[in-house]
Amino acid sequence: MELNEFITKFADQFEDTDPADITASTTYKDLDEWSSLIAFSVIAMVKVEYGKTLTGAEIRHCSTVEDLFNTIAAK
Amino acid sequence: MEKNPFSLSGKTVLVTGASSGIGRATAILCSEMGAKVIITGRNAERLEDTFKALEGDGHSKIIADLCKADQRESIVGQIPLLDGIVHCAGIGHRKPAKSLTEDDIVSVMGANFNSAVLFQASLLNGRKINKGASIVFLSSRTAEVPTIANALYSASKGAIQSYARSLSLELAPRQIRVNCICPAMVWTPLVLGEGVTEEELKEQEALYPLKRYGKPEDIANLAVFLLSSASSWMTGTSIDITGGATGV
Repeated sequence: MELNEFITKFADQFEDTDPADITASTTYKDLDEWSSLIAFSVIAMVKVEYGKTLTGAEIRHCSTVEDLFNTIAAK
Repeated sequence: MEKNPFSLSGKTVLVTGASSGIGRATAILCSEMGAKVIITGRNAERLEDTFKALEGDGHSKIIADLCKADQRESIVGQIPLLDGIVHCAGIGHRKPAKSLTEDDIVSVMGANFNSAVLFQASLLNGRKINKGASIVFLSSRTAEVPTIANALYSASKGAIQSYARSLSLELAPRQIRVNCICPAMVWTPLVLGEGVTEEELKEQEALYPLKRYGKPEDIANLAVFLLSSASSWMTGTSIDITGGATGV
């Protein structure tokens, strides 16, 4: 798993947010477009791309995109 | 003997998906209410657990995957005439609509719709259903109430409801009744899959008017009522059982 690749795939789940606004240190819950639907999209993406099960609780507990990456990488 | 319209004494009931959750609780309660029970499920070990929990004698278990045609036929070939069937086998699924794939559709519709419909057809063609029998399908409140990331699961449960209403008309001439149960959230392994944790569910549970999600036994009670002669004038209906929740 590679961080930059993950950030691209993470940013892909948003429709209206400029991918340039999403970096490793972005606090994703502060993004205007963040929603529970996007959380579900992220869960689905992580399952398909990395074969890992991410939970809603983990998404809530993490703060930045990099935190989330580390959580998934540790699985 | 005391008159008891809720008894299943003398009836033979088949329960699919009996290795866990609502299927397991339904099978056990049917046995406690006097039925001879035939249970099916995919997992040998868990099906055996349910089998051991059945009360009384004369029950049987068949390990089978209802998604496979030969296994459906094999069940039909080895069972006696049935007075009741509870179609509990099914899977959960959570994914936003834009992420859905053909594989998702094949898997969710296959498990929640196709297998029940095709198994029911096999049972009818095999003439395994007694006059006056009762058939119960497990639908869900999600068939009516939208929640995000639930589109495919909801569709599969809506499909089975529409199917069951038509089936009830076709079987009515033989006094065979067909009804659906539509539970809101019930604590089963199914709701805990797909990335949702128990703590998240517990927060939602507190919002239910009766302050709890359902237990598999709550649903089993309704299934037994629908199997019993107490519900003789009920067919073609879908019954909500929700702890008072108007959403899901």
